[in-house]
Amino acid sequence: MNPADAQQDAFGVYVHWPFCLSKCPYCDFNSHVRHHAVDEVRFARAFAREIETTAARTPGRTVTSIFLGGGTPSLMQPQTVGAVLDSIGKYWNVASDVEVSLEANPTSVEATRFRGYREAGVNRVSLGVQALDDASLKSLGRLHTAREALDAVAIARSAFDRYSFDLIYARPDQTPQMWTDELKLAISEAAEHLSLYQLTIEEGTPFFGLHAAGKLKTPDEGLARALYDVTQEVCAQQGLPFYEISNHARPGAECKHNLVYWRGQEYAGIGPGAHGRLDIDGVRHAIATEKRPEAWVMRVEDNGHGVTSDELLNSEERADEYLLMGLRLAEGIDPARYQMLSGRALDEKRIAILREEGAIVVEENGRLRVTQEGFPVLDAVVADLAA
Amino acid sequence: MTTSPISNVRNFSIVAHIDHGKSTLADRLIQITGGLQAREMKEQVLDSMDIERERGITIKAQTVRLHYKAKDGKDYIFNLMDTPGHVDFAYEVSRSLAACEGALLVVDASQGVEAQTLANVYHALDANLEIVPILNKVDLPAAEPEQVKKQIEDVIGIDASDALMISAKTGLGVPDVLEAIVHRLPPPKGDREATLKALLVDSWYDVYLGVVVLIRVVDGVMKKGQRVRMMGTNAAYDVERVGYFTPKMVNVDELGPGEIGFITAAIKEVADTRVGDTITDDRKPVTEMLPGFKPAIPVVFCGLFPVDADDFETLRAAMGKLRLNDASFSFEMETSAALGFGFRCGFLGLLHLEIIQERLSREFDLNLIATAPSVIYKMHLTDGEEIEIHNPIDMPDVVKIAEIQEPWIEATILTPDEYLGSVLKLCQERRGNQKELTYVGARAMVKYELPLNEVVFDFYDRLKSISKGYASFDYHLTDYKAADLVKMQILVNAEPVDALSMLVHRTRAEGRGRAMVEKMKELIPPHMFVIPIQAAIGGKVIARETVRALRKDVTAKCYGGDISRKRKLLEKQKEGKKKMRQFGKVDIPQEAFIAALKVDS
Repeated sequence: MNPADAQQDAFGVYVHWPFCLSKCPYCDFNSHVRHHAVDEVRFARAFAREIETTAARTPGRTVTSIFLGGGTPSLMQPQTVGAVLDSIGKYWNVASDVEVSLEANPTSVEATRFRGYREAGVNRVSLGVQALDDASLKSLGRLHTAREALDAVAIARSAFDRYSFDLIYARPDQTPQMWTDELKLAISEAAEHLSLYQLTIEEGTPFFGLHAAGKLKTPDEGLARALYDVTQEVCAQQGLPFYEISNHARPGAECKHNLVYWRGQEYAGIGPGAHGRLDIDGVRHAIATEKRPEAWVMRVEDNGHGVTSDELLNSEERADEYLLMGLRLAEGIDPARYQMLSGRALDEKRIAILREEGAIVVEENGRLRVTQEGFPVLDAVVADLAA
Repeated sequence: MTTSPISNVRNFSIVAHIDHGKSTLADRLIQITGGLQAREMKEQVLDSMDIERERGITIKAQTVRLHYKAKDGKDYIFNLMDTPGHVDFAYEVSRSLAACEGALLVVDASQGVEAQTLANVYHALDANLEIVPILNKVDLPAAEPEQVKKQIEDVIGIDASDALMISAKTGLGVPDVLEAIVHRLPPPKGDREATLKALLVDSWYDVYLGVVVLIRVVDGVMKKGQRVRMMGTNAAYDVERVGYFTPKMVNVDELGPGEIGFITAAIKEVADTRVGDTITDDRKPVTEMLPGFKPAIPVVFCGLFPVDADDFETLRAAMGKLRLNDASFSFEMETSAALGFGFRCGFLGLLHLEIIQERLSREFDLNLIATAPSVIYKMHLTDGEEIEIHNPIDMPDVVKIAEIQEPWIEATILTPDEYLGSVLKLCQERRGNQKELTYVGARAMVKYELPLNEVVFDFYDRLKSISKGYASFDYHLTDYKAADLVKMQILVNAEPVDALSMLVHRTRAEGRGRAMVEKMKELIPPHMFVIPIQAAIGGKVIARETVRALRKDVTAKCYGGDISRKRKLLEKQKEGKKKMRQFGKVDIPQEAFIAALKVDS
């Protein structure tokens, strides 16, 4: 049985905590800084209501993964996290082996809450380490040092069986050698899982303005490729091969929740600015909620949910999403599922060209996956196949 | 309505350069003689097509009958013939002029004589027309009527001492024009008792009436219900309607000798009528046709392909509709490996090509790619056979060709002195031989022999840009000459792109090839592999560029559950792909074809 079929009935719940202590200059996620205490009790009630409403639209599902993301969910009190998890358990069935991840900042303050989170039901943390040298951390706007981050990693290790951390690479002035050393250090600290993202310049962020003004230099195409290649090589050597284009794990330690997105499975989005994909009466809904935290709370209090956009995806859009996300995975996609979703087969001629170029392979079991040659130009591969 | 005495009829046309005021003067004449009420006046009544009005050019000949009571107290009938105003339609112009006895030569008093005016006035002189020179826009501060008069005398060689001074826009001097038509232009001659003999001036398709034929009766009478024969096509028809334009259609029972008007006769297609043909009585036909008849022959060819392959049937239907009204435009289906299904089309000239292309896109909402315009080459083969080709794809193996001949033209260019250097340089670059260089006031007039294939390739555009739009240009075909022409191919990823092949002079091949591959390199996006782009003659590469391979095109980024944004980006990419042609392994954007075919070397 191939990996996708094994998880066909996976169902994820994403919960968004939208607050941060400060805004990082590269981040375009839905995060907000408040200079007063956040009323966590009120938010917890709103989460509970939205969970109840969403569960009513999706009866019979068994939750296989929960992800508390943000923002900075590690700013939540453990009892707030506990309340959210209890609500999920109250309105949905929850699998006995459910994966419950929480994103945390690697600071000493937050590390003190790790045990509390574990007691509340969290069984995996993902730490936003981002870099292991202080100068980079400072320029990325992070509020912690490398030392502090590694200490937090150690605490996470003692509190949780499963943990991961994120690094950002392709930073200004980063050479492949510097990145190799940093990555090796990171792997020695990471037991089973690493997320390695490239710095991308997003519109609306402070970095965007700096970049446009020429004050922030990102690697050119050649250097970006070299950094990517180094990432793949070092991780594979050290026993953490990639399973998704920017995620690496010991085999068996993949993040179940993120696999839900990439495999095109169902997930509910709870909280301000959360996104969901739900299959209701055989039709896939793309759902998004109100982004502004306080406005979201009021909507939930009035309507029982904060949904502002509920779009029905047509077959082409569904198939595009499947292709787009599925090809990011090492395991690739099932062309038969693509055909079932879109109503048309992938273009044989384009497949032949991409195979000839060594960008993709078609496995004996029929699965189509991108090769090491193809991953660095994945966007072009996807555009070719989707055309 | 009875036929007027022939001495009271005046048939004339207006010869002028674009923008010199032909249409405005025509409007003024119609208005004064009461052809149309003021509220019915649209600017430039005669130019009925949008493109005609916008470009200020006339594509179809049209006439309007005006009733004028002259100062001598007599009633006159004026038939104003509006002729096509462009070099591509030189034959049509000559037939329209053949239907007249006189011409008003309108020259802008500040601009002076232009190349096109010159060509048309020569047509008028060839047709023995009496010419009345008129200086227009004399009220403008820049007007230099005395210099322009002298220019008319020097260049055209006609007496301009009694030229009329008018402003068609304000109406100044226009009444004098009406009197000059009466007194300075001769009435038509013709024998009412003789057998019917009429000139087919032009024809067009009307959705309600079918084909409407514009005629000039030379001898005899054209009557409603009469059976007539067209001598060139040898087809007979029963005349259903006889009439004239005011410019509205007015039906009458007959048109007598010297009159201009229209007939309809259940003719299905404009292609069934030939401009310049002779129409006679079917029962007792004349034996001799009117002189000057020749069939319309396309001289410029190109392939037209829909950008979106799904539009092919729409394109076919659209071309069929245009052809209904324009028999000089020909098309046949063509398949290209690069561009898919399309049509090989023939045109009277470059402007004709442009007009058809523009009408297809404007009236039928079609996006088209046009391949490089080609002329007709004569190939003498080693086995003694002689063939004509206008599509590089049809070119025989070079070893079988004894000699290639290409058409040459004589071009007349008038330009302000300051641009003369650039104009001469352009003509030299295009393999031209200078024949004549004279000055007309501050304007230089050059005559050049040029190969037509150098002119069809963006010559107009270049001439306009180097002279800031001030140079004017006219040409006529002269003869065929042997030429050292080679077939140049563009290879993308080692495969020849048929749509980009062209016949080009050996000395020009490298420059043009280089310019084309450079343009292609800019516009073909990087793929997963290196793409060589080459220009080659036979097996020999004369220019080469390389599109580098993509090194990195992925964002290793966390998207959380928000995949809508990413999907929308993909949708945009898919849209972009739709605008490309898959050629072998390479996706070539439409702009690359268009740009490659536009480059100048």
